[in-house]
Amino acid sequence: MPLALLKYGLAKEHPQDPHFDWTPELKSSYDVVVIGAGGHGLATAYYLAAHHGITNVAVLDKGWLAGGNTARNTTIIRANYLTPEGVRFYKESVDIWRGLSNELDINMMYSERGHFTLAHTDAALRTARWRAEVNKHLGVDSEVIGPDEIKRICPTINISEDVRYPILGALYHPPGAIARHDAVAWGYAKEAVRRGVHIFTQTPVNRIVIENGRAVGVETSKGIVRAGKIVQAVAGASSEVARMAGFPLPIRTIPLQACVSEPVKPILDQIIVSGSLHVYISQSARGEMVMGGATDPYGLYSTRSTLDFKESLMAHMLELFPFMGELRVLRQWAGMADMTPDFSPVMGLTPVKNYYIDAGWGTWGFKATPVCGVRMAECIATDRQPELLQPFALDRFRTFDLVGEKGAASVGH
Amino acid sequence: MKILTCPVNGPRNITEFVWGGEVKPTLDPATATDDEWAAYLFLEANVAGEIYEWWLHAPTNTWFIARRNTVTDTILETMTVDDYFAHRAGGAA
Repeated sequence: MPLALLKYGLAKEHPQDPHFDWTPELKSSYDVVVIGAGGHGLATAYYLAAHHGITNVAVLDKGWLAGGNTARNTTIIRANYLTPEGVRFYKESVDIWRGLSNELDINMMYSERGHFTLAHTDAALRTARWRAEVNKHLGVDSEVIGPDEIKRICPTINISEDVRYPILGALYHPPGAIARHDAVAWGYAKEAVRRGVHIFTQTPVNRIVIENGRAVGVETSKGIVRAGKIVQAVAGASSEVARMAGFPLPIRTIPLQACVSEPVKPILDQIIVSGSLHVYISQSARGEMVMGGATDPYGLYSTRSTLDFKESLMAHMLELFPFMGELRVLRQWAGMADMTPDFSPVMGLTPVKNYYIDAGWGTWGFKATPVCGVRMAECIATDRQPELLQPFALDRFRTFDLVGEKGAASVGH
Repeated sequence: MKILTCPVNGPRNITEFVWGGEVKPTLDPATATDDEWAAYLFLEANVAGEIYEWWLHAPTNTWFIARRNTVTDTILETMTVDDYFAHRAGGAA
């Protein structure tokens, strides 16, 4: 690679790398059809090809490539969850993330910043200690630190007691990272296409064809496509797509809003989260302060932004970082989060034969992109629920085996 | 600020209200199976379009029903619980 880079640098022309070629024709049948060309769908397609040799795969999307929650999240990657099931799962994701730029040959700007979950109450501090112990037991680097140590690592934060919610401590997770979300989607798409996968955007699926209790194809805007197996990875639209396949989900679609400030020079190196104050913030490589909060107070299939959200976000943000008062908001947006009752995802087999689901990603989906792709591909290729995904099966709601991760959600919802 | 009209207290800021989720048919405790209870607790229609849903006016602890479009974020009408179950619920109640 360095030699190619040198040649490129010395060349007279510098053509833009198109990443991949779009497929001209939709075939009438595929071994696997993936509904949803976001990070999860593209990763699943890539690992089907790379790990299982299944390359006769089509990825279909109603919109554009990675235009949903892959482009709308705040790119925080961490493994400091609460349940052993969750920690194991997200830890595997972080392990894959660390080598992903090399594997996919694209710079994801994976940047380990250190992740702080601030505690402003005794209850929050207790949850932080609980998470730290579970994390350490499973080999994830986490510890509880006090206000002075927080201030030492993050000098811009306000640890004064003269505020509405003084900081009592934090769960400190050094591997916490951010990445360039578009590169994740482009990297998976590029490498999947290179192995023979077809990607079609602007191609909505309007019907799932079911014959004798088996999913056998999809009806798209470009005609019927037969499929050996079908997987849906459609985030906020999960319930509507699953309804076409004939089964209900334990999901409510609720907007999650975010915004960025105008870009400034590097001033905040860490990722700071406060569940009690409903805020999280990090500074992107481009200098923008990336900010988010809790999900909206009621369900909605919309990506509109509201003033209410920003008022509450900024009020708390200014307590933590008074210097933010100088900054203006540059962009605002929202994603449609598919929230589950236990704040854990729904992955794997469904009541419909040959139909698989990857949903319930609420506000925690981006960080899971690699592990979800690996394990969903395994699930589809073997038609078995991989061990790592057993706790996250759709059936857990019927048997009351919930995986309660609300205590590890980035903010209270 | 969005305004929601409580059928008892009139139009108020939506921040005074708590969303209660979609209206589901009530189960008969004498006959409902375990699977039906699990479905009642966890499964959601989560329709993109017009739905009936529960809302609580928190300061007065008043539960009522709203008809809302979940795509356009438009509250179409609100009604008391009695009104809903007397006239709208059909056989569902």
